[in-house]
Amino acid sequence: MNATQPITAADGTPLKKKLAQAMFRSKLRAAGLVAPLLAFVLASFIFPIFALMWQGVHNNTFERLMPNLTEELRVWDGLSEPTEEMYTLLVADLRQNRADKTIGRVASRVNQELAGTRSLFTSTARKAAKLEPPYRDALIKTKKKWGEIKVWQAMKLTNQSLTPGFYATSLDAVYTVDQGFIMKEEKRQIYTKLFIRTLMISGSVMLLCLLLGYPVAYLLATLPLKYSNLLMIMVLLPFWTSLLVRTTAWIAILQSQGVVNDILVWVGIAADDSRFSLIYNMTGTIIAMTHILLPFMILPLYSVMKTIPPSYMRAARSLGATPTRAFIKVYMPQTIPGMGAGGLLVFILAIGYYITPALVGGQDGQLISNMIAYHMQKSLNWSLAAALGGILLGGVLILYWAYDRIIGIDNMKLG
Amino acid sequence: MSGLTKKFVALAGLSAFVAGNAVAAELTVVSWGGAYTKSQVEAYHKPWMAQTGHTIISEDYGGGIAEIKAQVDSGNVTWDVVDVELSDAIRACDEGLLEEIDHSTLPPAPDGTPAADDFLPGTLHDCAVANIVWSSVYVYDTSKVRNWNVPKTMGDFFDTNAYPGKRGMRKSPKVTMEFALIADGVPVSEVYDVLGTEEGIERAFAKLDTIKDDVIWWEAGAQPPQLLADGEVIFTTAWNGRVFNAVAAEDQSFEMVWDGQIYDLDLWVIPKGSKNVEAALDFVRFSTATEQLANQASWISYGPARASSVPLIGTYHDNSAIKMADHMPTAPGNFANALQNDFEFWADNQDDLNERFNAWLAQ
Repeated sequence: MNATQPITAADGTPLKKKLAQAMFRSKLRAAGLVAPLLAFVLASFIFPIFALMWQGVHNNTFERLMPNLTEELRVWDGLSEPTEEMYTLLVADLRQNRADKTIGRVASRVNQELAGTRSLFTSTARKAAKLEPPYRDALIKTKKKWGEIKVWQAMKLTNQSLTPGFYATSLDAVYTVDQGFIMKEEKRQIYTKLFIRTLMISGSVMLLCLLLGYPVAYLLATLPLKYSNLLMIMVLLPFWTSLLVRTTAWIAILQSQGVVNDILVWVGIAADDSRFSLIYNMTGTIIAMTHILLPFMILPLYSVMKTIPPSYMRAARSLGATPTRAFIKVYMPQTIPGMGAGGLLVFILAIGYYITPALVGGQDGQLISNMIAYHMQKSLNWSLAAALGGILLGGVLILYWAYDRIIGIDNMKLG
Repeated sequence: MSGLTKKFVALAGLSAFVAGNAVAAELTVVSWGGAYTKSQVEAYHKPWMAQTGHTIISEDYGGGIAEIKAQVDSGNVTWDVVDVELSDAIRACDEGLLEEIDHSTLPPAPDGTPAADDFLPGTLHDCAVANIVWSSVYVYDTSKVRNWNVPKTMGDFFDTNAYPGKRGMRKSPKVTMEFALIADGVPVSEVYDVLGTEEGIERAFAKLDTIKDDVIWWEAGAQPPQLLADGEVIFTTAWNGRVFNAVAAEDQSFEMVWDGQIYDLDLWVIPKGSKNVEAALDFVRFSTATEQLANQASWISYGPARASSVPLIGTYHDNSAIKMADHMPTAPGNFANALQNDFEFWADNQDDLNERFNAWLAQ
C-alpha cells in the first residue's frame, strides 16, 4: 500500500477534508451555543470596565461645556497674563452654563484641580448676565481670584481632556502646567500608603488563611466520611451567612466591652480599665477578613488533598522517612496547586474588600477600596476612582503574571 | 449598612375611593431612615396620603448626591422627593440635577405671612425647601459613674487629662475641624475665617492630634448612640435628634453638651425628570406648611424651618412630660454658642480637606 495515498471516505473525498468539515460544523454549533454568554460578558463586563478605565485618563467636562474658551486656553502658554479676549470668552461660557444649569459640573471639575474654585465659578455665573465689558476688570471686581494665574492654570489643565492628572493624583503626585509632575509633600500623601497597606493586609490575611486552613482541609480530606461531613458543614455554614452579619458578629465579640475582653478580664490577663483594642483598627480588619475568607482557602485545598492517595505517605514511611520528612517531601509538594489556587483567590478577594474594613477598620484598617468607594459615592470624582481602580487592576495582573512565571497557572486547581 | 432599604408602603385611605376620578400617583420619598424617617412618615406622609389619595413609598439612603446624579444622568429617575443636606442641595442644583421650586407657591403662615418671609433666613433655595434644622453636638452617658466634673464646653471634649477615655467622632473633616477650632479657643463667629487659612487648618489638625489616639471614628448616624450605650466611648459627637430618640424612646440616660454645636439644614429636593413632578411639588408644599412642620417636631427634636411653626411645638408624641421646645437646637438655652455650617466653604474645600483628613488619619 502506498503511504502517500490519502485515505478517502466512502464517497471518495479525502478523509482529512471530510473530518475538517464535520469538525467545522460542530465548532460552529459550539460557538453558537457560547455566543449569548460571550455577548453578555462583553456587554456587561468587558465593555463597562474599559469604559471606566477610559474615564481614568479622559475627562472632557471642561472642553465640552466651555466651547468658546477651550481653543484660547489650548494655545495659551500657561504663564503669561491672560488676555481680555480670554476673559470675554470666559464670560460668554459662564452665561451659557448658567442658562443650561451645567455650571456646577464645570465648577466641580476645576475644583478637583484647585480647591476653593467651586464657589468662584458658581457665584460668578449667577452674576455673569449683568457683567459689562471690559470683562477682565469686571470679573476681578466680582471676585479677586479671577486675577490669579493659578486659577487660569487650573482651567488649562482641566481643558486638556486626555490627561495623566488622575493617575498622578493616585500616586500622590500633582500634574502641573509648567513643571510636569511634582510629588506632594509628605504629610499630604495618602494613596501610595494605602496601596502598600492594602497589599500588606491582603498578604497577611492570605498567610493566616493558609496557616489556619491547611490543617482543617487536611482533616476534612482524611477523616472518615461521617465526621468530615459534619466538619464540612461547619466550614460552609459561615460561608452561607451574610457578610454583614459575620462582620457585625465580630464587632460584638471583639469590642472592648465584648466577649473576648470580658473573658480576658475574668481570667485576669487584662485589667478592667485597660482592655485590649481588638477592633476598629488593623487587628480587627485582619481578624474579620481572615474569618470571612477562610472557606476560599479551605475548599481548593480540600479538593486537592482529596485526590492524594494515602498510600503515598505510607510508602514514604515504609521507605524509612520520619512522619515530618514524609509530610514535607511527599505530601506538601502535591498540595501546591491547592495552596496556589486558595492563596491567589484569597489575596485577590482581599485586595478588593471594602465593607469589612469600613465597618471594623477604624483609622488604620482602611484599604484603598474604601478610597475608591469614597470617590465613586461621595466626592463624585469618578475619574480619580477609575485611575485608582486601574492601578489596582494593574497590580493584580502583575501578581497573576508573577504567579504564572513562578508556579505556573496550569498548576492551579480550584476543585 | 445604608443598603438596608426599608420599604414602607401604605395604602391610600378610603378617600381615594371617594375621590374617584383622581388618578392616584405613587411617590417615592427618600430620607435618612431610623427615627428621622419615622417622624416624617407620621407628620407628613400619612396625612398627605389621606388627603390626596396618592401613595408614598418611603426609602432610606445615606446622604450624598451620587444616586440622584446617576438617576438623572441615565434618564431613569425613580426618586421623586429626596431629603438632602444644604451643601448637597446647592451643589446638585448647580449641576442641573434638580427641579426648580417656585417659592411663591409655598403655603403662607396661618396669619397670612407669605412663605418667603415666614421661613427662617437661608432656608429657601432655588431648588430646595428646608424642613428642619438639625445639629451636631457631643454627648455622654450619665448612668456610668465617673469621677469627673460635668463636662460643659467643647474644650472638655478634647481634654484627655480631665476626661480620660475613648471619644467617638464622625469620620469626616466636616464638623470635626470646626469642633477642634472651637475647642482651641476660636470664637464661633471666626471659625470659618480661621479654617480658610493654611495656619487655621494646621491649627485644627494640631488640636485633633492631641486626641487622635483616643478617637473611635463613626460613619453612620445610628453608630454613636450604640457606641455610647456599649461603653466603648465616654463622649461621642452625634446628631441631636438621634440622641434625643435614644433618650425618649429607648430610655438611655444620655446628656447633650450644646456648647459649640454646629447646626445645618435638611431640605426637600425633587430630582430633575421625576415622573411625578406635580404630586412631588404638592407633597413638598403640604409637608412644609406650618402645621406639618410643627407636628414633626413632636416626634423628633429637630427644629422646624418656619418661624410660625415654633409657637405650635408641643410635647413628645407619647410622653406629655417632655416639652419638645426645650430639646431643639434653637432653644434659647442650647443656642448660646452655636455655629451654622458654612455650605459654601465646604462646597469649595470638601474634596481637598477630605484628602488631607484621610492623609492625617493614615499617618
